[in-house]
Amino acid sequence: MQTISLGIIDWLVIASYFAFVLGIGYYLKRFTTSESDFFLAGRKNSSWVAALAFLSANLGALELLGMTGNTFKYGISVAHFYWIGAIPAMLFLGIYMMPFYYSSRINSIPGYLKLRFDEKTRVLNGFAFAIMTLLVSGINLYAMALVMRTFLGWDWDVSMWISALTVAVYVTMSGLMSAIFTEIIQFFLIWFGLFLVSIMGIIEIGSVQDVLNRLPESLNTLWSTTGDPSQNGMLVSWAGIVLGLGFVLSFGYWTTDFLVVQRAFSAKDLRSARMTPIIASFFKMALPFIVILAGLVAIALSQDPKSGFALLTDGGQPNYDSALPLLIQRYYPTGLIGLGVTALLAGFMAGQAGNISAFNTVWTYDIYRSVINKKASDAHLLWMGRVATVAGVLISIGTAYWAKSFPSIMDYMQAIFSWVNAPLFATMLLGMFVRWITPNGAFWGLVAGMGSSFYLFLAVKYEWMDARILTMSNVASDMAANFWRAWWAWVICFALTIVISLFTKKRNEAELVGLVKGLTAETAGEHVPFLKRPEFFAIVSVIVLVILNIYFW
Amino acid sequence: MTHTPKMRSIWYFVGLVLLTMGGLVFLAAVIDYIGGTYGNTVLAETRPGLWWGGIMLIAGVIFFVKNRNSVHD
Repeated sequence: MQTISLGIIDWLVIASYFAFVLGIGYYLKRFTTSESDFFLAGRKNSSWVAALAFLSANLGALELLGMTGNTFKYGISVAHFYWIGAIPAMLFLGIYMMPFYYSSRINSIPGYLKLRFDEKTRVLNGFAFAIMTLLVSGINLYAMALVMRTFLGWDWDVSMWISALTVAVYVTMSGLMSAIFTEIIQFFLIWFGLFLVSIMGIIEIGSVQDVLNRLPESLNTLWSTTGDPSQNGMLVSWAGIVLGLGFVLSFGYWTTDFLVVQRAFSAKDLRSARMTPIIASFFKMALPFIVILAGLVAIALSQDPKSGFALLTDGGQPNYDSALPLLIQRYYPTGLIGLGVTALLAGFMAGQAGNISAFNTVWTYDIYRSVINKKASDAHLLWMGRVATVAGVLISIGTAYWAKSFPSIMDYMQAIFSWVNAPLFATMLLGMFVRWITPNGAFWGLVAGMGSSFYLFLAVKYEWMDARILTMSNVASDMAANFWRAWWAWVICFALTIVISLFTKKRNEAELVGLVKGLTAETAGEHVPFLKRPEFFAIVSVIVLVILNIYFW
Repeated sequence: MTHTPKMRSIWYFVGLVLLTMGGLVFLAAVIDYIGGTYGNTVLAETRPGLWWGGIMLIAGVIFFVKNRNSVHD
């Protein structure tokens, strides 16, 4: 691929983005005077601000290059990540879990584990989350460097360092607030910068139906080919999608991953916090019209020799993540090409900022103050948060080099989530809804769940075990193995936590008030009309979800 | 008496960004249009920069004007 020569207006668009994010970080610095401002944005955001930030924190490299690339590889079934693999979990968070999270006034998810169970469970999860977050942050850097090299021919190392340092500067200045502001700007830039790719693809091919008609059935249906795993692009059965992705991975990510839940914690009151994931669910359902549709257009074009469209190759293998940049190059003239590049940059940088702001909070509260310096003052914690931001960015750069060795970004992400989030969801579910679960049950269940997930990953990767045993079918893709590994890790954690809890010391119920269902007064929204309650909007969201799944069945 | 500064609304900044970038995209398309040139991209004859940049510019103006005096809640 020829690298693109950017015109002066393209450069101005890109430069204005950097100027805006750095300027906003500087502007917000004067309002960041306490640790609460830095780590929780002062808890004063409306539900709309928190919701767009909640969604955008997840809208980094994974969503843009990874998902479009995976659509090229697996077909329309990748939309499961946005629909069954996200919406039920987001609604469950808003309706059932947020009252416990928000009302306990915790600063982080590990903070909840400390209140509900004990210090060792908190520290275990704090370390696991910190490591996971920095690994994921490395992916963002990798993806960003890929775009810079593909589009502009920039040196891999230079582009990575420039983007990482920019994020470090604005997050260090004003913490979560600057991360949230730039995430919302990124949300608009992604829609304006990338939705046009799908529109132009539709104009070229004819209609959405024409795009689907050009694809084989294994790539253009959501559910109808999932009865037999060998008949669909992802090589996964409906059970794997529902149990692995729809239940364990999705609930594990959307209800326990502090990166996204932290945005809801920044809401000004409980109702706003509950509405955060519910409002976000509507926008989440719309995202396939950017990334999935673009991926389907790329498949359709690549099957038509006259189109002249073909993915880049790395060592003879197709580079799936090049699909979106190639479409931008195909359709965008001067001015728009700068906007397209900026939208990708915004996605990567905001995604990285999200990871870094979550990391600095967990490091400062759940590791540093919990283990290293228990008497730290608020001012010292604010300083430590800024130090952790810089350190986190530097470690992310190291992990970016590791991420380069994986063939597809998304497969890597799911592997990490199944190590940490899948078993944690079992712990949180039992902790919030079963009052007799004990601290030792939670801790050892979590250790076993995380350990087994990591072992299964290594066992399949190094062929100690056939992936088909894991997936219980005759065929197995990397994605199917991820879904099923998450499911088994969840089951192991869930079962062991219950068994160990039966034989270990329970906590006094008086200590669990406000943390466990049945011991917490349910007063949220009892005086609000039904049409204004989170439950009503959740029902509407479910209806839209069902319609989308039936339409693309 | 101390003066507490008010933080501008996020929507104000969204407006500024859309206004600036939409304006630049629109400007590039107008320059091409006046010069009678097309880019070498697929469907360049539909002049996407003109209508898409215009939509972005209008959205930016609406956000900016509506929130120029609002503060972050």
